[in-house]
Amino acid sequence: MSDLEDLYQEVILDHNKSPRNYRTMANANRKAEGYNPLCGDHVTVYLHVKDGVIDDISFQGSGCAISKASASMMTSELKGKSAAAAHELFDNVHKVLTGEADAENAADKIGKLVILSGVCKFPARVKCASLAWHTVNSALQGDGEVATTE
Amino acid sequence: MKAVSHLADSCEAMNKFDVARIREDFPVLRQKIHGKPLIYFDNGATSQKPQIVIDTLSRYYSAENSNIHRGVHQLSERATAAYEAARGKVRSFINAGSDKEIIFVRGTTEAINLVAQSYGRSFLKAGDEIIVSAMEHHSNIVPWQMLCEQVGARLRVIPINHDGEIVMDEYRRLLNEKTKFVSVTHVSNALGTIVPVKEIIALAHERDIPVLLDGAQAVPHLKVDVQELGCDFYAFSGHKMFGPTGVGVLFGRQELLEKMPPYQGGGDMISLVTFEKTHYNVLPYKFEAGTPHIAGGIGLGAAIDYLQGLDWDRLAAHEHELLSYATETLSEFKPARIIGTAKEKAGVISFVIDHIHAHDVGTILDQEGVAVRAGHHCAMPVMQRFGVPATTRASFAFYNTTEEIDVMVRGLHRVLKVFG
Repeated sequence: MSDLEDLYQEVILDHNKSPRNYRTMANANRKAEGYNPLCGDHVTVYLHVKDGVIDDISFQGSGCAISKASASMMTSELKGKSAAAAHELFDNVHKVLTGEADAENAADKIGKLVILSGVCKFPARVKCASLAWHTVNSALQGDGEVATTE
Repeated sequence: MKAVSHLADSCEAMNKFDVARIREDFPVLRQKIHGKPLIYFDNGATSQKPQIVIDTLSRYYSAENSNIHRGVHQLSERATAAYEAARGKVRSFINAGSDKEIIFVRGTTEAINLVAQSYGRSFLKAGDEIIVSAMEHHSNIVPWQMLCEQVGARLRVIPINHDGEIVMDEYRRLLNEKTKFVSVTHVSNALGTIVPVKEIIALAHERDIPVLLDGAQAVPHLKVDVQELGCDFYAFSGHKMFGPTGVGVLFGRQELLEKMPPYQGGGDMISLVTFEKTHYNVLPYKFEAGTPHIAGGIGLGAAIDYLQGLDWDRLAAHEHELLSYATETLSEFKPARIIGTAKEKAGVISFVIDHIHAHDVGTILDQEGVAVRAGHHCAMPVMQRFGVPATTRASFAFYNTTEEIDVMVRGLHRVLKVFG
């Protein structure tokens, strides 16, 4: 498979075309905005956290296929997870995106998200894939700041 | 008859800009990216450098490197002479009246900041108004916003129409007795629009309002004559006009520069320093504190020599052909929509493809060896005006060809295939 096919795999294109949990959330008790100053990508992540567990998560925004697919897959993965587990997943995903951890060895830690690993061959696009993750991290910490990829 | 037509053909060939020859001057173009010949369409961000500029930098560091305006030794004299000769080349390139009006800075951004801080803080006060246009680069917005915060002035914005042209009637309406400065771009970096700056200047001057032109995107494409334009300040960068990065120029009318305070303090900008009082140096050194980018200035001089050696009529015709060809080809490529359709344009074409983000377009084109810019082009208000988050921008230089545009369009077909 070429690098490009690795980047734009079927699953990613599908999440881009029909993003999951792509909606606002009226009863959200955590919310954060993420922004990539490099390209203007913008994402808002909504969370409903109850007893330390993310029982609902959604997002909205504008961005490229990679950022949208990454956000969509993230919401699918995080629903039902505890905040602590979400942090751990964030760390592991981030390592794979930046090429710090090898995708093959990380598969047991990040599951389906391993599909995002193609991005590490495209340094300019790593931030696209990590934007939603930075944002959810900031929503969970509840600092109310706009998260950026910088 | 046949002989005549042959003759006509060869006359046409002689009158054409010899792109193949020109490309030999740019070593960077001789490489492959992802196994494909590099097609460099990101000239609006920075242009490539001809061999003569590269050689000049190398020669300076190998044979002349020294600090300027101070050494009694020969190297310093040589470096000073070369640096000041470059200033003279810049003056002649934009037809300024005097070398005193040519201030070397880091780039367009620093030039605009210099004017905002030095002129703006001295001569603008609370309630005054500054006019910019809706298609400015952030570097011609933010320095004025900072000034507004410092002195309590107000930023007014001339709207643009759907083609990306300044709405002149709105500009006329914005001008009033509170207007104390006008700062507009000469050529839009995001849209390619050539702004009717002479008319803008004339209207401002009727009210004695000084005008700064951001010429970063204009100098690589148009013959600029600051006296003919009548502008009070003109700012541009070396690296977008085939020179080195880190050096740029502020032209200012001597009369205005004389009454402006220094922008930064330090060496070179003084004539006498005591702890009681410091006397500032004369123009242009008053605005050039610290050791400048000497090699950069000399390299910019080499870029100007190179440009002066080209036939600008043919160059303009060639760039016009690139733009019309790209406009035509992209108009036929239906999923694309061109953003910026002004009647007067320089070689910039910005476009969007429905449901496909510019970033994805940029990544796929890169795989075809085509370098374009994808994003907001440091002109976020322009993106907002057209309701798009980002565009893909191909910006041309005279070394580009119509064949390269064909490759880009083939790449766009691949984009469609990926996103099916």
